[in-house]
Amino acid sequence: MNTSTSAKPRALAVLFAPVFENNPIALQILGICSALAVTANLKTALVMSVALTLVTAFSNLFISLLRHQIPASIRMIVQVVIIASLVIVVDQVLRAVAFDLAKQLSVFVGLIITNCIVMGRAEAFAMQNPPLPSFLDGIGNGLGYSVLLIALGITRELFGSGTLIGYRVLPTVADGGWYLPNGLLLLPPSAFFLIGLFIWALRSWKPAQVESPAFRMAPQVREQEP
Amino acid sequence: MEHLLALFVRAVFVENMALAFFLGMCTFIAISKKVETAIGLGIAVMLVQTITVPVNNLIYTYVLREGGLAWAGLPESDLAFLGLLTYIGVIAALVQILEMLLDRYVPALYNALGVFLPLITVNCAILGGTLFMVERDYDFAESVVYGLASGFSWALAIALLAGIREKLKYSDPPAGLSGLGITFITIGLMSLGFMSFAGIKL
Repeated sequence: MNTSTSAKPRALAVLFAPVFENNPIALQILGICSALAVTANLKTALVMSVALTLVTAFSNLFISLLRHQIPASIRMIVQVVIIASLVIVVDQVLRAVAFDLAKQLSVFVGLIITNCIVMGRAEAFAMQNPPLPSFLDGIGNGLGYSVLLIALGITRELFGSGTLIGYRVLPTVADGGWYLPNGLLLLPPSAFFLIGLFIWALRSWKPAQVESPAFRMAPQVREQEP
Repeated sequence: MEHLLALFVRAVFVENMALAFFLGMCTFIAISKKVETAIGLGIAVMLVQTITVPVNNLIYTYVLREGGLAWAGLPESDLAFLGLLTYIGVIAALVQILEMLLDRYVPALYNALGVFLPLITVNCAILGGTLFMVERDYDFAESVVYGLASGFSWALAIALLAGIREKLKYSDPPAGLSGLGITFITIGLMSLGFMSFAGIKL
């Protein structure tokens, strides 16, 4: 990703780099805080993705517009206030339009404020770049987050309860079908396992991301027989 | 008194901040490589949580909630929509004040926690604790207990994880799993273990 101030990053590259090459969750491990809890079914995962994408995009836009006016010493506070105001708008709209969903998401919409992706992009990109690329960068990072969230949501809902957004896809045994749902996938631990396996798959595919181990095992040597 | 004790046990074991609600994950994973630093951060979180949840509870009860300003002659006020902005402001301000107070009066503790305090403002476990308190409508005494318990639950989880990770670095996982991948799977197993507390009725 091009983050230098002088070069003009190309719009498409800015939009799509965070989705495939520099995914905020898989590679930078940002923003998993509030993400895992909403992926037990696809619907909440989708709503959360849209909410986070909008907040990231608009906070980037506004912070970028204000970037010459914000004094460096208090920039964190200004960023937090802008992000919190946007989250309040999203929260209020959700409560007005889809109250049941807002109840299901419970505190996790509010927790977008402390989501590292939003703050990280504001600090790393929007403070140095003009409004339009910043807006696209926000959307791109939101999409990168959404891809993983939706993948998790599909896996957990499809195999956990045999449905997708509430529609029956795999008829379960309880309803006279053949599919025996895996209840573990609806519980919190499965989210950790799935992310762990996802990282494993990604790093096997792109070995450049593998962390070097802190200790190298000495090869086992058989003692010399006397 | 009894229901406060029950609340404490439930908040620590059944509704563990890190393992059941995934809160504070970024720092949970980043700062759990060593037991000592993990415990330091855990204590800092516990301290901040014990202060911020009751303070936010007072602000919610006497200013923000519907009819909260009745004591000031404004019985029809409803400022609940300002909640998020207020809580994060209160948390940031309190962390700042705490940092200055510790620096002035308890320099030993300040030196031990100093690095972690600014990190705590953006720790979702702190804001999450406040939001859960508002959502579940705790009164003041309950909010004090809940603040302490949720902070302790997070500290307990990070100390346990750090203990496991210190041993884990001598293990030999597949290349793609080493580091982050195996950490996630470990947390998953810990979370599974904590789920066995879920049946406890108090």
